[in-house]
Amino acid sequence: MAEMTVEQLADAMYEMIKDAKGMKKYKATDLQKAMAERFGADKQACKQAIRLLMDSGRCIYTYFGGSYIEIPPDQPATP
Amino acid sequence: MAEGKKYETPKLDELEKGAWPSFVKEIKAAAQKSPMAAALLGQLEQSYNEKIGHWKHGGIVGVVGYGGGVIGRYSDLGDKYPEVAHFHTIRINHPAGWFYTTEALRGLCDIWEEHGSGLTNMHGSTGDIIFLGTTTDQLEKVFSKLTALGFDLGGSGSDVRTPSCCNGMARCEWACYDTMKVCYNLTMAFQDEIHRPAFPYKFKMKMAGCPNDCVAAIARADLSIIGTWKDEIQQDDELIKKFADEGLDIQRQIVSRCPTRCMDWDGKKLTINNENCVKCMFCINSMPRALAPGKERGAMVLLGAKAPIVQGAQLSSVLIPFIDLEDEESWNDLKQLLENIWEVWCEEGKNRERVGEFALRVGFGNFLEAIGLEPTPEMVAYPRDNPYVFYQTAKKE
Repeated sequence: MAEMTVEQLADAMYEMIKDAKGMKKYKATDLQKAMAERFGADKQACKQAIRLLMDSGRCIYTYFGGSYIEIPPDQPATP
Repeated sequence: MAEGKKYETPKLDELEKGAWPSFVKEIKAAAQKSPMAAALLGQLEQSYNEKIGHWKHGGIVGVVGYGGGVIGRYSDLGDKYPEVAHFHTIRINHPAGWFYTTEALRGLCDIWEEHGSGLTNMHGSTGDIIFLGTTTDQLEKVFSKLTALGFDLGGSGSDVRTPSCCNGMARCEWACYDTMKVCYNLTMAFQDEIHRPAFPYKFKMKMAGCPNDCVAAIARADLSIIGTWKDEIQQDDELIKKFADEGLDIQRQIVSRCPTRCMDWDGKKLTINNENCVKCMFCINSMPRALAPGKERGAMVLLGAKAPIVQGAQLSSVLIPFIDLEDEESWNDLKQLLENIWEVWCEEGKNRERVGEFALRVGFGNFLEAIGLEPTPEMVAYPRDNPYVFYQTAKKE
């Protein structure tokens, strides 16, 4: 399998989060494990991909008993 | 800012009485200028009357790029107290050892009076500077001004919490290593882990310069680094005699209270069997300057303490009996050990399972094997009370 770039990993993570929206929340480690399993991605590349998602504003961190990575809602939600 | 609505607070007023400092008095002072602080008094009085807390926390607040440092806090009485409907907390990474200039403190207070309730908590139990109470639209403004002042946000959520240390060598002759240097270096080395939560649950690191453990590392930190020494307790016989001459009953008050009974006092000279000393600091604390930690100083690394939140409280257990933390090699060893711990814990840990709970669940032996540490006798936390080695009576020929 060709090595994935950080941007491609970020896109794959984003799709995964988008598909699960409203059904499942992912933690950083969930995304990392999934990328390692699907593309053989290493931990460092996954961390960079998550950072890319955050800095671009495509995803945000949320806290509901633990820290999750989600797509920003249209309206801010309260717990 | 205008003065807020005034609420009757007979129960809170009781907490202003007495000679000790009162948080009610401080909130009332802040309420002179801050409607948020005024509304806080109203809600708090209602909570005291009803014996019910009215705060919810969590949700979706923060600054761009960071997953920690802001704790969303909301009132479920927002209609009645709209000023505190959103009352977010900001955690700020404190300087190692909590040393500030007055200029820095004034700068922090000015930011918070402009963008928040003006109420602070100096400091939170992890050690951070805590700003109490602001709204979502003020968060980026506060963050921007804090960074201009040289401060950064601390940790919150499932990340490395702001590392914290005692003020060690800056003020204490018993510090066995440079706690502030180690705290600063760990903070800088693990910025990503502090700001971007990637763990099953929180991970706290505390550094104490000696076994007195003034930062309560052994009770609170997932990773505790506690100063210790290898050689003999330093002893000044003249000063010990002076303590005795001034009325200290060394036999009764020191020797008989030593937990391992490793001392003898013949009325003139104190003899310490250092091989049996467990470095509890009792004798050193009782006779400062006459006794002092040894000269071959370093630190012990322990893992797994926690306060009772999801499960019960736990004290930490030894991982590395002695590390000097002065040379590059031991420093790299410590960082590698942390990486190994996080790797295993992230892979196998359950959601909201602290690393100490995880190590207990999988078994400390398995945990040590997974992180690549050889077991040593110092790691035994308790003598085994259910021995699995059974001795059989020798068969008679």
